[in-house]
Amino acid sequence: MASAATSTSRGRPEGSLGDRIGRRVGHLALPVFTSLAIFYLLIPIIVMIVFSFNKPSGKFNYTWNEFSIDGWLHPLDWPGLPESLLASLGVALLATVIATALGTLIGLALTRYAFRGRGLLNGVIFLPMATPELVLGASLLTLFVATALPPLRGNVPTLYPTGFSTILIAHVMFNISYVVVTVKARLAGFDRRLEEAAMDLGANEWVTFWKVTFPLILPGVVAAALLAFALSIDDFIITSFVSGTQNTFPIWVYSIIRNALPVQINVIGSIIFLVAVGYVSLTTIRSAHAQR
Amino acid sequence: MTVLALDGRMENQIRVSDVDVRLVQVVKKFGDAVAVDHVDLEVRDGEFFSLLGPSGCGKTTTLRMIGGFEEPTSGLIELQGQDVTWLPPYKRNVNTVFQSYALFPHLSTFENVAFGLRRKGLKSSEIAGRVTEMLELVELPGFEKRKPGQISGGQAQRVALARALINRPAVLLLDEPLGALDLKLRKQMQVELKRIQQEVGITFIYVTHDQEEAMTMSDRIAVMNNGRYEQLGDPESLYERPETRFVAGFLGVSNLLPATIVGTDGGYAACRLANDQTVRVPAALTRGAQRVDVGIRPEKIRLSAPGESTGGQENRMSGTIRDASYIGVSTQYIVEARGGTRVTVYEQNVERATRDELWQVGTDVDLTWLPDHSFVVEAAKPGE
Ligand SMILES: Nc1ncnc2c1ncn2[C@@H]1O[C@H](COP(=O)(O)OP(=O)(O)OP(=O)(O)O)[C@@H](O)[C@H]1O
Ligand SMILES: [Mg+2]
Repeated sequence: MASAATSTSRGRPEGSLGDRIGRRVGHLALPVFTSLAIFYLLIPIIVMIVFSFNKPSGKFNYTWNEFSIDGWLHPLDWPGLPESLLASLGVALLATVIATALGTLIGLALTRYAFRGRGLLNGVIFLPMATPELVLGASLLTLFVATALPPLRGNVPTLYPTGFSTILIAHVMFNISYVVVTVKARLAGFDRRLEEAAMDLGANEWVTFWKVTFPLILPGVVAAALLAFALSIDDFIITSFVSGTQNTFPIWVYSIIRNALPVQINVIGSIIFLVAVGYVSLTTIRSAHAQR
Repeated sequence: MTVLALDGRMENQIRVSDVDVRLVQVVKKFGDAVAVDHVDLEVRDGEFFSLLGPSGCGKTTTLRMIGGFEEPTSGLIELQGQDVTWLPPYKRNVNTVFQSYALFPHLSTFENVAFGLRRKGLKSSEIAGRVTEMLELVELPGFEKRKPGQISGGQAQRVALARALINRPAVLLLDEPLGALDLKLRKQMQVELKRIQQEVGITFIYVTHDQEEAMTMSDRIAVMNNGRYEQLGDPESLYERPETRFVAGFLGVSNLLPATIVGTDGGYAACRLANDQTVRVPAALTRGAQRVDVGIRPEKIRLSAPGESTGGQENRMSGTIRDASYIGVSTQYIVEARGGTRVTVYEQNVERATRDELWQVGTDVDLTWLPDHSFVVEAAKPGE
């Protein structure tokens, strides 16, 4: 304490011992917190990957037993898994394509044109993001069932029984919001004079869109598609309401979890994760190249 | 129709008419605001034509209507005799150099320049040849692979020029293309633009708010104000014979002396100034008005000792030096004439070259200038 007091009184730039410690801690705090945050975010993924190399003693893969690559050699070897995974991929791909196309067009319309109901649409677009999934799922189920009773025309119910098509409809609906928001962000900084320049140089509206507008908003569209795919492939709550007898991967996992926790779940999870990370790093490297 | 000597510049093009661009009573309103107000304009084939005016006077809007990016509220726009008022930009034989260049950031310099030719469906080999040729014209050979983000402002400006010129348009529209450049590069590019224009012989319509730029480059200038042009002519006549107060003030400095016409004599009108001294101006310039402002440029006035004879043909006023600022090449004096009017005079530092030899503040002097150097504008309205 005494030395701290004297150094303060001499006005040395380092300040008191307390100050110095404070500053040292301040310098360290950010890296420490950063590492902790990264660690915290990575733990579940690390655990998932580690346990994909486990050979569980029973049906449940949550105590470490011994190292094995069995799961990786037979990733689909569990009754019901291939079908549900295929359904999930199908729904995710289709929903991504449809939602990205529609969402991009809506985003363009909302930023480009003043039209009746534009403000309303701008607000409504946010609704699926803000509404609890439970509510969306329940109301969608009600809608699908209600359109079946009584049938509107003849004896064929419109959207019932629920299944692949109703899952797809639901996924497209919530994906569109995210796509619109992402594409709109990209369009906000768009210089309309580039399109005027293209037309000035002889490109009509169609050519201008494909040669200038689309390439320039493509990064935003790709980001939107990735987001849509990621949201779609692991959606559980809404899907569980509208899936009927159709299994998707998350629904299937949930349905067998009481009887078994196969290592294949970890393997599939790891593969999805690695593909996503691989794709993102690939595009990052490619765009870094293009910048140079 | 005016016939223009063209020094054979356009030899490989058929001349439909001497007028390339014609605007007839063109009006553009944004809501209630009138951006362009009944403009009639004829731009001649092969000329360097400038639209000059302060910010917000409607230069860009006029240009955008010629380019097809904006539709006029009313009026007619003709290109080489064809009515293009309602044609989209891609159906007009006009190209634009945008103020911010608007180069396509995702395309290389080569592809930027080739964009127009690709739309026409030319063969790759021909496109490559013409792009190389064009990049040589704007002195950017070897820049083919660079992206717009990797070149300097001056280079981007030249790429924008090449991208427009390669299509061999009838008319090239340029919206303050040098606005983003520093003074030195700006001067350099002015010379280069003028050289390129003479080399290719295309009509240029050039928008600027820089009067010096317009004066040095243009064959003719329209000085715009509040959505219409106040005067149209070659740089010399605009400078020497401005017809409105606005033009007189916008192109350089001028002294305006309120006066009443009291008679004419041998081609000159006698004007009595507010201080009862009488000066003469060419009678034709008064256009029949009674109350006018006599204008005289500061460099046209000579200072001499009071009473010193200078011939007798000149206009003469007496006054007192109130301020002298040495600028190096010249000295700027503020002279208070009898009656209180302040007159600005520029004197080249030739006879009196050092500070000590300059006219001292407080000295009485005579101001003289030739009647032919005067111009006449309408009298100031009360309150101006
Ligand atoms: N899209 C638009 N909507 C509403 N008003 C506009 C629009 N474009 C231009 N204006 C108005 O029209 C007037 C003329 O604008 P314009 O861009 O032609 O000016 P300018 O002479 O090019 O000026 P500057 O030298 O600043 O570029 C201005 O008052 C401007 O505010
Ligand atoms: Mg402008």
